[in-house]
Amino acid sequence: MSSETKQILTTDGIPLEISLKKAERKNKIKAFLLVAPLLLFLIITYIFPIGEMFTRSIDDKMITNMLPKTFKSMETWDGKELPSEEVFASFLSDFKILVEKKEHGKLAQRLNKEKNGFNTITKKLFRQVKRNKIDETQSIKEQIMKVHKRWRNVEYWQAIKRTAPPYTSAKYLKAMDMYLNEDNKITQVSEDRRIHRILWLRTVEVAFFVTVFCFLMGYPIAHLLATLPMKYSNLLMICVLLPFWTSLLVRTASWMILLQQQGVVNDFFVLIGLVSDDNRPEMMYNKVGTYVAMTQILLPFMVLPLYSVMKTISPSLMRAGKSLGGTPFVAFWKVYFPLTIPGIGAGCLLVFILAIGYYITPALVGGASGTLISNQIAYHMKTTLDWSFASAMGLMLLGGVLVIYWLYNKLVGVDNIKLG
Amino acid sequence: MALPNYTETRYRIWHYFYIAICTFVFIFLIAPLFVIFPLSFNAEEFLVFSEGMKNLDPDAFSLRWYKDMVYGTKNPWGLAAKNSFIIAIFATLGSVILGTVAALGLSSRHMPFKGIIMATLISPMIVPLIISGVAIFFFMAKAGLAATHTGIVLAHIILGTPFVVITVTATLSGFDHSVTRAAASLGSNPVNTFMKVTLPLILPGVISGGLFAFVTSFDEVVVVLFLAGLENTTIPIQMWTGLREQLSPTILAVATCLIVLSTLILISAELLRRRSERLRGINR
Repeated sequence: MSSETKQILTTDGIPLEISLKKAERKNKIKAFLLVAPLLLFLIITYIFPIGEMFTRSIDDKMITNMLPKTFKSMETWDGKELPSEEVFASFLSDFKILVEKKEHGKLAQRLNKEKNGFNTITKKLFRQVKRNKIDETQSIKEQIMKVHKRWRNVEYWQAIKRTAPPYTSAKYLKAMDMYLNEDNKITQVSEDRRIHRILWLRTVEVAFFVTVFCFLMGYPIAHLLATLPMKYSNLLMICVLLPFWTSLLVRTASWMILLQQQGVVNDFFVLIGLVSDDNRPEMMYNKVGTYVAMTQILLPFMVLPLYSVMKTISPSLMRAGKSLGGTPFVAFWKVYFPLTIPGIGAGCLLVFILAIGYYITPALVGGASGTLISNQIAYHMKTTLDWSFASAMGLMLLGGVLVIYWLYNKLVGVDNIKLG
Repeated sequence: MALPNYTETRYRIWHYFYIAICTFVFIFLIAPLFVIFPLSFNAEEFLVFSEGMKNLDPDAFSLRWYKDMVYGTKNPWGLAAKNSFIIAIFATLGSVILGTVAALGLSSRHMPFKGIIMATLISPMIVPLIISGVAIFFFMAKAGLAATHTGIVLAHIILGTPFVVITVTATLSGFDHSVTRAAASLGSNPVNTFMKVTLPLILPGVISGGLFAFVTSFDEVVVVLFLAGLENTTIPIQMWTGLREQLSPTILAVATCLIVLSTLILISAELLRRRSERLRGINR
């Protein structure tokens, strides 16, 4: 095909195709420049720090930098019997530098995490070094081994070798109640110390049931709102929108007042004779409180997407179903319900995502049996200051949420989120 | 919702059952907000309805806790309210400007990588707040902005922009782009066109996005808990500490004020939504 002869030219003699492409590219750049400020801002202040959480969670460079010579000389050691004189010598020289910098305490702490008992023997070695008791002209291996019998134990040298890599998966394993044992095998911690797995399971359980409760309560009222005449439904819509706009803490506070033992709900139960006055059930500081408060707080996020889908379903479809011989139940189940599935998907995923990261409400009304994984993250951020562990747990939670977010995007599309 | 005469009994029963469920759910949604009102006027120190209140005895009611909220010596509510408003106003301004400009780019049909960029811009809304809190804290600590107003404002801009982006792109989706072309053909430059033609038309969407951003900032506690020092305390932080430590009726007085504020915001958001629909020619 002779393209050159058939080419269409613009008035200034440039081929139309090129001219069009140029204009398109210009438009693309223009559009991108509009988005760029926000995108850049988010990448710097938000996306990068999330990445930093990852490096923080696997970072183990501190000890790698503390014992550079030791790890270098350990490369040739097979790890079965006590290491050679060379390893002992380089360990001592690394240790002396640390003593000068007053960092030997940090080393002892880190090694003690790897294997119990390092604290004592590092202190002993420190005293010997401080008093210049170690004669470098003689065998250093023999002298260190005399400091404490554990220095003669090969397991302690194996533990040192295990800390060599600058990265560690320990924090992630810890979040799953596991650790790497002496043979580099993933092992579970003893049964009475498995706390994190319970929290993960509880978080998923609470998020799941809150989603189910929201669906069971949200579907009927969304249907009512969508089918009532405008003037009534607008009024009832306020019941959904007012909680939506009200402060989360205000709503949590009101549930704390309602659910307390002398609270309105218990008063009501006593009044109708459900429970006796001196036997009022505890409804706060446990899972019941968490479920009730979270369901009420997240319900609008279920109702709004359902409502916006139901509003588009023509009532004549139900009439057609009935006129073709379906009972109201059949017509509902076969005609109406399938049409609302996009709304159900949107609402359930939104509520689930929000519920799985909940923090404030469980912390206030949950008590000990109502705390979730977010509370644990906050605890390690603020109290134990183990930021790398908090980061590891946060990223595991984020991983779960992103899978759901991706699903949501596939099924509904993020740009279809409706607010109010 | 009157039923036709020919309805069978069992469907009649089902219908009333359905109405009963709906009534229950509406009460469940709205009742908690109304418990706070009467209790905030309680004359006593306990957070339960006293006998006097149940009998509507006027002596059982007082404005004591409202006075305590305003004049109380130990109460940090004044500082907290000032901080909350300053932070929320600046965060809203930032979110609205960044978000609206980004939404303009996103709704252009020439925008490359629209899906992934949209997903990135919305992500602060989807990522659990606790994770956002940790990440933003790491950034602010490094940038030396922890425990400053600037840091908190920036953090709230991050959290507020998704709402502006969503509402403004939604408004722009029904936008007739021929009006901007008409303006351009009449010799207007792009900035002028935006200010004189586009902005007035999408203004309701921009303002309602701004309202979302304002409420997000005004109500935000998780991230602020990581960032704020004693100087930067906000209303949500004070409520959080109050609810954790001494649940005093002063909190209920504050909560009542917040409910009044959210009612005002709800009304303006609703009016704006209707105006926006009218402007875009959507009649329902």
